[in-house]
Amino acid sequence: MTVLTMIEAINLTLKNEMERDDRIICLGEDIGKNGGVFRATDGLQAIFGLDRVVDTPIAESAIVGAAVGMAARGLRPVAEIQFFGFIYEAMDQMASQAARLRFRSGGRLSAPMVIRAPFGGGVKTPELHSDSLEGVFLHSPGLKVVMPSSPYDAKGLLTAAIRDNDPVLFLEPMKLYRAFKQEVPETDYMIELGRANVVKEGEDLTVIAWGPTVPLVHQVAEQWEQQQNVSIEVIDLRTISPIDEDTILASVKKTGRAMIVHEAVKTGGPGAEISALINEKALFYLSAPILRVAGFDTPYPVPSVEDDWLPNAKRISQGISEVLAH
Amino acid sequence: MWVEPNDLTVERIQFLDEHGKITGTMPEVSDEELISLYKWMVQARVFDQRALKLQRQGRIGTYAPLSGQEAAQVGSACALTEQDWIYPSYREGAACFVRGFPMKNFFLYTMGHLNGTDAAGAHVFPVQIIIAAQCLHAVGGAWASKYKKEDSVSVAYLGDGGTSEGDFHEAMNFAGVYKLPMVFFVQNNQWAISVPVRKQTGSKTIAQKALAYGMAGVQVDGNDVLAVYTAMKQALNRARKGEPVLIEAVTYRQGPHTTADDPTKYREGSDVEHWLAKDPLKRMKAFIVEKGIWNEALDKEEYERADQMVTEAFEQALNTPKSSTKEVFDLVYEQKTSQLKEQQLSLGSEEVWK
Repeated sequence: MTVLTMIEAINLTLKNEMERDDRIICLGEDIGKNGGVFRATDGLQAIFGLDRVVDTPIAESAIVGAAVGMAARGLRPVAEIQFFGFIYEAMDQMASQAARLRFRSGGRLSAPMVIRAPFGGGVKTPELHSDSLEGVFLHSPGLKVVMPSSPYDAKGLLTAAIRDNDPVLFLEPMKLYRAFKQEVPETDYMIELGRANVVKEGEDLTVIAWGPTVPLVHQVAEQWEQQQNVSIEVIDLRTISPIDEDTILASVKKTGRAMIVHEAVKTGGPGAEISALINEKALFYLSAPILRVAGFDTPYPVPSVEDDWLPNAKRISQGISEVLAH
Repeated sequence: MWVEPNDLTVERIQFLDEHGKITGTMPEVSDEELISLYKWMVQARVFDQRALKLQRQGRIGTYAPLSGQEAAQVGSACALTEQDWIYPSYREGAACFVRGFPMKNFFLYTMGHLNGTDAAGAHVFPVQIIIAAQCLHAVGGAWASKYKKEDSVSVAYLGDGGTSEGDFHEAMNFAGVYKLPMVFFVQNNQWAISVPVRKQTGSKTIAQKALAYGMAGVQVDGNDVLAVYTAMKQALNRARKGEPVLIEAVTYRQGPHTTADDPTKYREGSDVEHWLAKDPLKRMKAFIVEKGIWNEALDKEEYERADQMVTEAFEQALNTPKSSTKEVFDLVYEQKTSQLKEQQLSLGSEEVWK
């Protein structure tokens, strides 16, 4: 065991996996000597050399497209998109190429690759860096979309993502990179993709979150329990594609109330999908409408107002009150 | 000092003029190779015309004809070896066949079958629909061979229209930076659906675009199979040494963009006539007949053989069991998600439709 931040856990995972499997190549902008703008790949080029940790020209479509080509020919590329807000540049290569190679080749080829990207708000980036666009890829069959919320999860999920035989979009909450440390085993372990984590058990209400909002939701839930004697179950989805229906439905059937918290804009967001799922499969267990606390339907705002725009403790608490009022 | 676009002279490589006469020195190509190149072109032409006919009869779906481009595709593909890979677009049937892609499966593709991209082990990437997207896959393929120290070149096939796409430029840039074993093979067939090449680029030639990426480029007469074959061999020698290159094969799309298109709306009959006179098969036939290694009887026999082969391929495709909707769920991930399992199962209740 060692105590690590999320960024350190990611760095350790990449190092361990690259030692284990020489088919793994990391590619991306400024990931070599600079170690990535957040230092996720810090020191890796010094260990593994210029052929395995590759600084690319600034071309997101090429980073993803080349990774597809490499993966189809037997390598296991781990591509970094410097900020997830830039992913639209690579949209075709993500959704039409990486996601569909298995399908388009009738199952004869596949693209076992990971696309890593820092995402989410709360760190006062310049504009167009902080968008939570995971919902776009929930809508792209063939991709898996994974979002860790802790250093421990980051290591287990990233290991599983790298070893997965399908393309995995691995979204790292910038706000949590150095937010807290946690005990992380240095040895090998994997967390199954597509399996949610019940962070806190509860009886009165289920709150579903992932990535950057999980620690916040957990903290708010603890406060409600201590101050109001309300028992809230918190589910960290960990993976939004595929969605762990069983965990969500079992929890909602137990509590009868559900709320979804995400930074992505509300309309057409992943929360809508989860809400529809609960409606389709657990409607008659509900005592209250399903509520979403999400980013507002505006472009991601300027840094001076982002703390009010994001789902914060106040907005989450308001949501909880509203659901409990029924 | 300003660098001016017109300072550069690009000389087009040609060995066979449009009458099939050798211009300059004959390249080192054996009689056997000459015959083989011609036969592949005949096969491509026969396939293409049959496919067009089958589409008109409603027996296959939308098809993108290649007539006029046989020399470019056959000449380039014949220069490759078993270990090389091609990354074709949708108009590259002839190149695919040369590399071992089964004609039956090409028919299946046009018939909307799930196995339509099955290369049967040949090094042919699934046909690309998104213009120039395959250039980046070829970059990745070349990168993988370089990393694994394989002796393999990756060839991206695209058209003049494809050179306008960002993916083409990003791919050229990556190839130049990493010195990848790859060839960009551009068939400048003059038309990207309805837009002529002069409206596609301000560049005097496509070949010279290579220079901006630190690569060498060459322009060849794409209707001269000898020129294409020779240039491709040179390109492969360079690529194997880690010098990516671009070939612009100047050719012509004799038919419509696809069977869903009417080219008389946007191009003059005289344009077509002008290029039909430069037909790649006509000149090669004239050349090998003149050389005394081919004659009308052999020619007739070859067309009949090709015809028979295309018939067999189409019949095999017809006799292939149709894809079923249930299969689509199995091809999304290595292991089906619970959602896919549930949706697949929902198809099972056929009584719903009764």
